[in-house]
Amino acid sequence: MSTPLIMFLVFIAITLGITYWASKRSAGSSAYFAASRRVTGWQNGIAVAGDYMSAASFLGIAGIIAFQGYDGFMYSVGWLVAYLTVLLVVAEPLRNAGRYTMADVLAYRLKPRPVRAMASISTLTVSTFYMIAQMVGAGALVALLLKDSGISYKTAVVGVGILMIVYVVFGGMLATTWVQIIKAILLMAGTVLLSILVLAHFHFSFGSFFNAIGHVTYHEKGQEVVKDFLQPGLRFKPPYGALDLISLGLALIFGTAGLPHILVRFYTVPDAKTARASVVWAMVLIGSFYIMTTFLGFGAATIVGRDFIATHGGTNMSAPLLAQALAGNIFFAFISSIAFATILAVVAGLTISASTSFAHDVWTNVIHRGVERKPGEEVLVARISAFVVGAVAITIAILLGPTANVAFLVGLAFAVAASANLPVIVLSIFWKRFNTTGAVAGLAIGLLTSIGLILISPSIMAIDPPTVTGAARHLIQAKAVFPLENPGVLSIPLGFIGAILGTFLSHEPSSEHKFNELLVRSNTGLGAERAGSH
Amino acid sequence: MSSTQPAELGRFEAQKSEWDRIAATQEFKDLMSTKKVFIIPAFIFFLVYYFLLPVLVGYAPQFMATKVWGEVNLAYLFALSQFFMAWTIAWLYVKAAGDFDRLAKDIIDKAENRSDKGTEVAR
Repeated sequence: MSTPLIMFLVFIAITLGITYWASKRSAGSSAYFAASRRVTGWQNGIAVAGDYMSAASFLGIAGIIAFQGYDGFMYSVGWLVAYLTVLLVVAEPLRNAGRYTMADVLAYRLKPRPVRAMASISTLTVSTFYMIAQMVGAGALVALLLKDSGISYKTAVVGVGILMIVYVVFGGMLATTWVQIIKAILLMAGTVLLSILVLAHFHFSFGSFFNAIGHVTYHEKGQEVVKDFLQPGLRFKPPYGALDLISLGLALIFGTAGLPHILVRFYTVPDAKTARASVVWAMVLIGSFYIMTTFLGFGAATIVGRDFIATHGGTNMSAPLLAQALAGNIFFAFISSIAFATILAVVAGLTISASTSFAHDVWTNVIHRGVERKPGEEVLVARISAFVVGAVAITIAILLGPTANVAFLVGLAFAVAASANLPVIVLSIFWKRFNTTGAVAGLAIGLLTSIGLILISPSIMAIDPPTVTGAARHLIQAKAVFPLENPGVLSIPLGFIGAILGTFLSHEPSSEHKFNELLVRSNTGLGAERAGSH
Repeated sequence: MSSTQPAELGRFEAQKSEWDRIAATQEFKDLMSTKKVFIIPAFIFFLVYYFLLPVLVGYAPQFMATKVWGEVNLAYLFALSQFFMAWTIAWLYVKAAGDFDRLAKDIIDKAENRSDKGTEVAR
C-alpha cells in the first residue's frame, strides 16, 4: 500500500469516528442543524477557517502565485479583508435574529414563502457551484496521487461524495464542525512546515528569498524568460486588467458575507458575542495562512519552477510538488492528504448548508407553511436532501471530468453570493422601507446577472487555436461579449438596484411594521435562540 | 419536541407595541448611536484602504513596482499591510463591542423584567 493511501485512510478513520460520536448527540433540529448552539468561540473560529480555506485557497492560490506571481497574492488579501464585512455588518445581527439559515433573517419582516423559496434557490446555486469545483479538484488530486493503487478519477469522486454524505447524514452539524476543526489544524500545521522548509532552502535569509522571486526563470513559447514575480500585471493585463482586479475585489469583499456555508456557522454558537469572537479567531488563522501563501506560491515558483509544475499535474499541484522538492515523497504524501482533508471538510460544510436550506426553508416553511408536522421531520428531510445533493454533485463532477476548468465555478459562487445574497441581507436589516418584492427582485436579478455575465465572459467565451483540445477549450468559441472575468463590478450594483427598485414597486405595511422588532432583536440579542442543553 | 429543544420555549416574544416602545427608549437610541460611531467610520476606512490596493496596482503598476528593500516593492508591502489593517480593525471592534454588550444587556434585562411582571398581572 502506498504512503498517501495509508495517510488518507487514517484521516478517514478518525473523521468517521467523530461522525459516530456526533451521531449519538444529533437528535432534534437545533442539535442537527446548529450543533445545539453550544460550539465555543475558538472552536467555531477554527471551524469557520476550515470551512473557508478550500481547495481554491491551498491548491489554487499556491498555483496562481507560482504561475502569475504577485497578482495571485491579490486573492489572498481579499479573502482575509472580506472578514471585516462579516464582522462589522453580518455576523451578529444574523446570530441574533436567525435560527438555522440565511433566509430566517429575511423571513422576519417579509412574506416568508416567496422570500425563503428565492433565498433557497440562491443558497443551493452558490453551494452547488462551490461544491462541484471541490469535487473535481478532489477527484483529480486523489487520482493523481493514488494512480499506483489503481484508483481512477471516477472512483475518487464517488469516494469523496460518499464520505461527505456519511458525515452530514449521520453526524449533522456537530460532526461537520469537528471535521472542519481537525482539517484546519492539519492545514495550518502543513502550511507552517512548508513555509519553514522554504525559508530553510534560502538559509533563512529573506533577502535571498525575495531576490530569487525577483528573478524567476521559465520557458514561454519555447523562449527562456526571466521575470520579476513581485511585479504586478502578470495576470491582470491591460486594457481591462485593472477593472477586473477591482471587480474581483468587490466579489471577494462582499461575497464572503453572503456565503451560506459560512453564515450558518454563526448559528452554532450560544450568542452574538461568541459569534464575534469566532470571526476574530477565524481572521487570525485565515490571515496567517494567507500571508504564508507567500512562501507556498513564490516557493513553488522559485524552487520547483513553472516548467516542471506545468508538466507534472499543472498549477493546482504546485503546493504538493513543492513539498516533494523540499522533503521527499513522505512529505509529498502528507501535504497531499492535507489537501484531500481540506476538500472533504469544505464539501461537508457545503452539503450541510445546502440540505439545511432545503429542509428548513423549502420543505418546512414554503411547502408546509412553517409547521413541522411531526417531530424530527425536518431533520429527516435534511438527511434525505444531503443524500440527493451529494449524488447530484458526484454526477456532475464525473460528467465534467478531471481536467474541467473549475476556477470559474468558485469565482461564480462568490459573485452570486455578493450580487444576490448580500444586498438583501443588508437591506432587510438596515432599511425600513424594504419589502418582499424588493427581496425577490434583488435575489433574482443578482443571481441572473452574475451567472449571465460569467456566461458571456472570457472564462466561457474565447476563440482557441486548434492546438487547444478537449476540456481546455472554451465552451463558446466566439469573442467574449463581456470583457471581464469577474462580474462583480456590474452585478453587485445591479443586485442592489434590483432590490431597491423592486421595493418601490409595491407597498407592504407589514414589513415596515415589523422593522422595529427586527431592529431591536438584531442589535440587542433580545429573544435570540439560546444554546440547547444536553 | 420539548426534550430536544428546551431553548425554544424560553424565546422572548412580545407585541408590536412593546418592540416599538423599546426601539423608542433612550437606552436603545444610545446603543444604536454608540454602534454607528464605531462601525460606520471603520467600514468606510477599510473599504477605502482595501480598494486603494487594486486601484493602485491596476492603474499605477510602475509606481507600485518601486523597490523599497532589495527586491521587495511597494505593491507587496501595501498588500501585506492589508492583513495588519484587517487585524487592527477587528481588535478595535472587539474592544468597542464591550460597550455594545453592556448597553444591550441593560435593554434585555429591562424588557424581560417587564414581560415577567406582565405575566404575573395577567394571572
